Amino acid sequence: MASLMKHISSPLINNNPITLQILGICSALAVTTSLTTAVTMSLALTVVLCLSSAVISLIRRHIPSVIRLIVQITIIASLVIVIDEILQAYAFEISRQLSIFVGLIVTNCLVLGRAEAFAMRNPVLPSILDGLGNGLGYSLILIIVGSVRELLGKGTLLNYTVFTPVADGGWFEPLGLMQLAPSAFFILGLLVWLMRSIWTQQVDAPKFGLKTQRSRS
Amino acid sequence: MMDLLIASIFQENLALSFFLGICTFLAVSERIETAFGLGIAVIVVQTITVPINNLIYNGLLIEGAWSWLGLPDMDLTFLKLVAFIGLIAAMVQILEMSLDRYAPALYRALGIFLPLLTVNCAILGGSLFMVERQYSFPDSIVYGFGSGAGWALAIVTFAAIRERLKYSDMPAGLRGLGNAFLVTGLISLGFSAFAGAGL
Repeated sequence: MASLMKHISSPLINNNPITLQILGICSALAVTTSLTTAVTMSLALTVVLCLSSAVISLIRRHIPSVIRLIVQITIIASLVIVIDEILQAYAFEISRQLSIFVGLIVTNCLVLGRAEAFAMRNPVLPSILDGLGNGLGYSLILIIVGSVRELLGKGTLLNYTVFTPVADGGWFEPLGLMQLAPSAFFILGLLVWLMRSIWTQQVDAPKFGLKTQRSRS
Repeated sequence: MMDLLIASIFQENLALSFFLGICTFLAVSERIETAFGLGIAVIVVQTITVPINNLIYNGLLIEGAWSWLGLPDMDLTFLKLVAFIGLIAAMVQILEMSLDRYAPALYRALGIFLPLLTVNCAILGGSLFMVERQYSFPDSIVYGFGSGAGWALAIVTFAAIRERLKYSDMPAGLRGLGNAFLVTGLISLGFSAFAGAGL
């Protein structure tokens, strides 16, 4: 059981899909202007990731390796269509805000990456847990970035006012930059810096550097 | 049309304001030559796939497209994801084979990047934006070229800066991914200064 739990816990921090595996960043940044869209996107991606891992792992012995990418993409695309239709039916407003980014889960490298790296080689249960773990790791980053951007950009969280803006007689001056694209890059960059300062084993090895001791050879 | 071209290159840059293709953007920007090759490949594929997807969408999928067969109510738009990704994969494959046959030099330069483009979200994203914004066929050619060129411009700029940063001595936690994000953020800030520019 402990070995199964490892599939869920390790992608949260030690092997986070966004900050370490560099997978699935595209959608992660675009949907974080507010917490609501970030949470919806996280849910959609986690569901797709779990289901696609399960399906691909289930038929992994029957997929010829030459056409495996096409098979995987088709399975993922079908699942994404289902999620997209469900969102349009039951959460139209959010679906409109997410615009094309739900559809782009098809080309999200995280889903395809986990299918290729894990689900093709492992039984169903570990694959589902791996999908769930990676989905949660992705969600964690999205929710952090989404909260910061919504809180500092509009003074609200999930549309509830936390800081009263100046326009409504409060003290908080909303930072317009937080709603624009560059801030997502900055916040994610700073978050990576923070995480790597705490868990120093995640730091990239320097490719070039000054030698601390001059070698005599 | 000129406005659309300028807007798709600068203000609505796929990489810097919609975050499309950022995974590849970060992974293939260590050297400026490879970044340039990938940029060219994106322009070519984008200019071909967006107009063709436009034809597919308006000719086969949209509601009423099959009315000449006596099926006026058939609405296949939900199939657009599968249709687009299939077309992109096929186009990339055809492009790869024809380059190999007719332009071997170019093929050797671009070779390894072409298969990557199938899963580059900038390509699929371009087609989906074309649907969402209801571009006409000529518009979609301009948009395909412009958005590809914008993406290429962004990755070449980024690779050039990154090459200079390679030897800099920065805090341990910022090495690699951390500074890549901060630099991209700064470039993105620069590009957003083009907002409102037009000809």
